Amino acid sequence: MAKRQRFVALLAILSLATAACGTSASPSPSVAPSTAASPAASAAASAAPSPAPSAAAVESYPRNETLYTTGTMWGPPSDASYNPLDPNPEMGTVGLVYETLFLYDPIADTFTPWLAESGTWTDATTYTIKTRSGVTWSDGQPFSAADVAFTIGLAKLKAVGSNIWNYVTDATATDDSTVVVKFSNPAYQEWAQWTYNSPILPQHIWAAKANEDILKDKNPNGVGTGPYMYKTAAQDRMVYVKNDNWWAKTALNIDVQPKYIVDIVNGANNIALGLLMQGGIDLSNNFLPGVATLVDKGYVSTYYKQAPYMLSANTAWLATNDAKKPMDDAAFRQAIAWSINVPDIVNKVYGNIVKAADPTGLLPTWSKYVDTAQRDALGFKYDPAKAASILAAAGYKKGGDGFYTNKDGSPLKLTVVVPTGWSDWEAARDVIIASLKAAGINAEAKIADYNARTAALQKGDFDLAVVNDVQLGSTPWTYYDFMFRQPLQDPAAKNRNYGSFSNADAWALVQQLDKTQVSDVAGMQAITSKLQKISLTDMPIIPLWYNGAWSQVSNAAWTNWPSDGGLHVYPVTWNGYWQMSAIKMLTEIKLVTK
Amino acid sequence: MRGYFGRKLLIYALTFVAAATIDWLIPRFMPGNPVQALLSRSHVTPEALPALQAYYNSLFGLDQPIFQQYLNFWSSLLHGDLGRSVYLSGSPVTQVIMGALPYTVALLIPAILLSWWAGNKFGAIAARRKWLDNAFLPVGYILTATPYMWLGIVIAWVLGTVFEVFPISGGYSYALEPSLTWTFIGSLASHWVMPFASLFLVGFGGWAIGMRNMIIYELDADYSRYLTSLGAPSSLVRRYAYRNALLPQVTGLALQLGVIVAGALVTEIVFAYPGIGKLLLAAVQNQDYFLLQGIFLFVIIGVLIANFLVDIAYVFVDPRTRVGMRGGPA
Repeated sequence: MAKRQRFVALLAILSLATAACGTSASPSPSVAPSTAASPAASAAASAAPSPAPSAAAVESYPRNETLYTTGTMWGPPSDASYNPLDPNPEMGTVGLVYETLFLYDPIADTFTPWLAESGTWTDATTYTIKTRSGVTWSDGQPFSAADVAFTIGLAKLKAVGSNIWNYVTDATATDDSTVVVKFSNPAYQEWAQWTYNSPILPQHIWAAKANEDILKDKNPNGVGTGPYMYKTAAQDRMVYVKNDNWWAKTALNIDVQPKYIVDIVNGANNIALGLLMQGGIDLSNNFLPGVATLVDKGYVSTYYKQAPYMLSANTAWLATNDAKKPMDDAAFRQAIAWSINVPDIVNKVYGNIVKAADPTGLLPTWSKYVDTAQRDALGFKYDPAKAASILAAAGYKKGGDGFYTNKDGSPLKLTVVVPTGWSDWEAARDVIIASLKAAGINAEAKIADYNARTAALQKGDFDLAVVNDVQLGSTPWTYYDFMFRQPLQDPAAKNRNYGSFSNADAWALVQQLDKTQVSDVAGMQAITSKLQKISLTDMPIIPLWYNGAWSQVSNAAWTNWPSDGGLHVYPVTWNGYWQMSAIKMLTEIKLVTK
Repeated sequence: MRGYFGRKLLIYALTFVAAATIDWLIPRFMPGNPVQALLSRSHVTPEALPALQAYYNSLFGLDQPIFQQYLNFWSSLLHGDLGRSVYLSGSPVTQVIMGALPYTVALLIPAILLSWWAGNKFGAIAARRKWLDNAFLPVGYILTATPYMWLGIVIAWVLGTVFEVFPISGGYSYALEPSLTWTFIGSLASHWVMPFASLFLVGFGGWAIGMRNMIIYELDADYSRYLTSLGAPSSLVRRYAYRNALLPQVTGLALQLGVIVAGALVTEIVFAYPGIGKLLLAAVQNQDYFLLQGIFLFVIIGVLIANFLVDIAYVFVDPRTRVGMRGGPA
């Protein structure tokens, strides 16, 4: 009897093992043994005779040379892309491995020359880049102006997903350190974004890859100019190792401190928090609800010591579907804006780790563009009484159930959609619904996961939705481009202006803003002031709060982290932030000496 | 014998075709699509978006008519190709799954088999000892009724955070690179203990209760009473009862082994342990048709193989099946 039991168990194991072998042996020539999997498998089967493990030196990352981070990755890094042209490459591909011409500092609102020594508009349609000398690629080849010209040319490929060739007409390296870029009707704001967002690639490697299949290349071991190089990746972590020949050591006299960066795939919140408090990770860019309490008790640190604790990363706003009644009525949208209890969202949902948005919705980085007098005159705040008077003035009446009806008397019930599982947004949605109901506007939640919600936004199949698509960056143009985009895009490819708001004047101003020189701050202020007036009166979107650049650090192994009282840098590893000066965090942190 | 297995195999083949078809269909019924999910996570300029969409649609064959896509699915499946993951930048699904599978298998197979074996033994003993039964029954019910997520978090918190006996996350130390050394294997093992223990505990409670109830039922059955009245020693009666009680447990085990792949989802999330469960979650969230399809195909194949094994096992453990195969009255 016992024998039979064992027999069954043995059979079961055998069958699964053969099933597993069967699949791995099936024809898939490109299957490279993943670094983690094979030893794991052999260790798992260590009961069976296998080559005896040796006591030989094991490769490890000493704690005093390694920075542990988390908050960027959701999938196994061993299968991810390290191709800088991929829309979603692995963390650090741009910024740590590949670098950009400039860095942008979103706190000081300045550009720092990086791979470029300078970039100047020599006339209205000519931009001259002087490239930095003494920079080498990690394979030892020298970096030159030809690489920059090549990279700009690469954007002609559709797969690269760039639009710069809409206004660039030519890019030529005139000598080893000069690139002249010619434009017709240049979009100065977009070009400025390009200079700090687009990684420069080595021509001697990528010239051979330049075709429409360029994105298929996963590109581990990429050759870049940056301070780190890809070392290894497994199922649940990836590792960068320092590039000892980084140009900034001599050129700028700075150097990144950690020899290794181990970035860990996101787990549940309790894991990130547990690791952080044990000193197992140094920097977590996860959203951790209630982290304010831990900061107050001194367990972890954030950029600010008190509220709002975090820097702001993007604006969360309420998109209103203007194709539907009564959201097509600006007065009704105004009433919604005045009725939402944003203070409750900030205090109760977020525990004060976010800030309420300015009525213009412009991020703190763009605060110099806020026309404060105009905003104070036209801006909204939480005031249900004002909402009621706006609705009364616009001719809305309540029905028998105590809720406002459509103007034709038909009952009105709005839906609010946020992606399922975004727990903070779901709680915020509940506050929004409660606020609307308190103001006499009936509303309910519409449940949809991220994809279904995005599809609904694109098809215009929603009433109200919380959206935060515009990220921190150098220009408020991105924000207004999103808000006022015309013509309305094809639903299948819609990624701007979900509410289908239409205002030709506003769109003309947005384009004018795009074509204003970055140095012309007064000109930008004049245009954005007009745009703010339209957004405050017509309410195409309703700004609610600023989502934080979630970042909590441990001072157990590394210290001197960016903070309000110290280094003014976003302590964030997300894609896009390294070139927004977060790289300076790595050159400034200090090892804790025990 | 041949007729018995021939019939079974035919049924399995039909089941496989139907299940694989449903597996192919379901993700495509979800609103949205994987390319949209991929591109909505990055901030592509409106001018470039249609071109990128077209590029990805053709890369993954999503620009073909839906019927053609279905035929493509079968033709590549028969070539052993599960397609490429959209969400993981076009990595071959087979490679992605094979990378995660060892962790899941090494966690679940021992947990399921050991909890089955220990649970059955323990349940059978408990059924015969009043004091043990009284002590164990409530504990067993609590163990099986505990939401697994909660039990996992409590174990992780007590052993990982408070006492720091075991690491709270990862497949092995984040400071190590895989190698065939004792240090690395030790690290693998210590990261394995908590997820394993949590799965074992929950499974153990369930099996033990099942076995205990079955034994009590069997000891009360007519054949047991008859044997006892004939004066057979109680050890003999118990042995017969145990054999009979084991049958439903074998079926249960087969089902457990089949859903192994999906079963570890919660464990892998609570302990941040790599494996198929986490992949599955990401595949659903990103509506990755091919990855989702591939993982479920593993589940389907797993269930079928396990059921087939049980069919074979029944020949050995249940004499009635043998009689049936020879054409006698079942």
